[in-house]
Amino acid sequence: MAREGVAVVTGASRGIGAACAEALAEAGWPVRVNYRADEAGAREVVARIEAAGGRAAAVRADVADPEALQRLLAPGEEGPVVVLVNNAGLRRDGLAPQLGDEDWEQVIDVNLGAVFRATRAALPAMLRARFGRVINIASVVGPQANAGQANYAASKAGVIGFTKTVAVEVARRGVTVNAVCPGLIETALTAEILGGDLEQRIPARRVGTPHDVAACVRFLASEEASYVTGTTLTVDGGLSA
Amino acid sequence: MATEATKENVEKVIYDGLVELGTDRAQLSREATLEDLEVDSLDLVELAQIVEDEFGVELRGDDVKDVETVGQVIDLVVSKAG
Repeated sequence: MAREGVAVVTGASRGIGAACAEALAEAGWPVRVNYRADEAGAREVVARIEAAGGRAAAVRADVADPEALQRLLAPGEEGPVVVLVNNAGLRRDGLAPQLGDEDWEQVIDVNLGAVFRATRAALPAMLRARFGRVINIASVVGPQANAGQANYAASKAGVIGFTKTVAVEVARRGVTVNAVCPGLIETALTAEILGGDLEQRIPARRVGTPHDVAACVRFLASEEASYVTGTTLTVDGGLSA
Repeated sequence: MATEATKENVEKVIYDGLVELGTDRAQLSREATLEDLEVDSLDLVELAQIVEDEFGVELRGDDVKDVETVGQVIDLVVSKAG
C-alpha cells in the first residue's frame, strides 16, 4: 500500500467488522479496529492482523458519542483516515405497533445517525487527500421488508439514501461512497434467527460468512474501484435477486 | 495554538488556500467573486477546513451560502473569530 493514510472499521471486534478489518489490513492498510465494549474481541482481531504481518490498533469509541467518534477519526501517525467502513450497528426488533420510542431512536441513531456523523468527520481529510473510500454496511433489510424490523429497515434504507447523495457530492474529488448490503450472514447478530429451512430459501444454498462481505469491502476500498460510487453491492447468495 | 484571526492573517490564509485549490494568484483580490475564480462548493468545504485548522473558526453551510466575493469570506472569518 503506497498511499498514505489509515483505515477505520467501526464495530470491528467481531463478525463482519472484524473480517473487514482483517481484509483491509491484508490489502496493506494500517487499521483502527474500533470497539465499544468487547475489548478482548478487538484485541484478538489486532493480534490476528499482526500475526499475518499487518498493522492494527484497537480503539475504544462508542459511535453514538460524537466526541468519541471525532477522536476515532482524527489523523494519526499513519496519516489521515482515508478509508472508513461504517459497520457498527444494532437491532431492537419488534412489530411496529409494539416498538418503543427508545427502540426506534436508538436504532436510527446508531445505524444511521452515527454513519452520518462519522462520514462528516472523515470527509474533509479525504477531500484534501483527493482520495477517500467510505463504505457503509447496510442490509438487504431496508430495500426489502422484514417483519419485526421496521426500525432496522428504516435505518438501513436511510443509509442507502445517504450513501447515494454523499457519493454525488464528493465524486469529483476522488472520494467514493458505497454501501454493501449483506443478506443472511453468520454472526452473533443473526445467530438466533439462523437454522431451520432458511438455507433452502437462499439460491446459493448456504448462509454467507463475514469473509464474503469483507471481500467486497476490500474491493470497494481499493484503487481499482475508483469509478464505483453511489452504488449498493448486495452480498446475499441471490436471496433478493 | 490557533493563529490570531487578524484581517491580514486571514487574508493570507484564504489566498494561500485558494491557490492550493487551483486558483491563479494573479486573479485574487477582495473583489474577485468565487464564481469568477471557479471556486465550487467543495472548494469552500476545503477552505472552511483550512480556516478551522488555522484559526479554530468553524464555518458551516449556512454561514457561507450567501458569500459571493473573496473579501466577504475574509470578513466572515474575522467576524466569527472576534
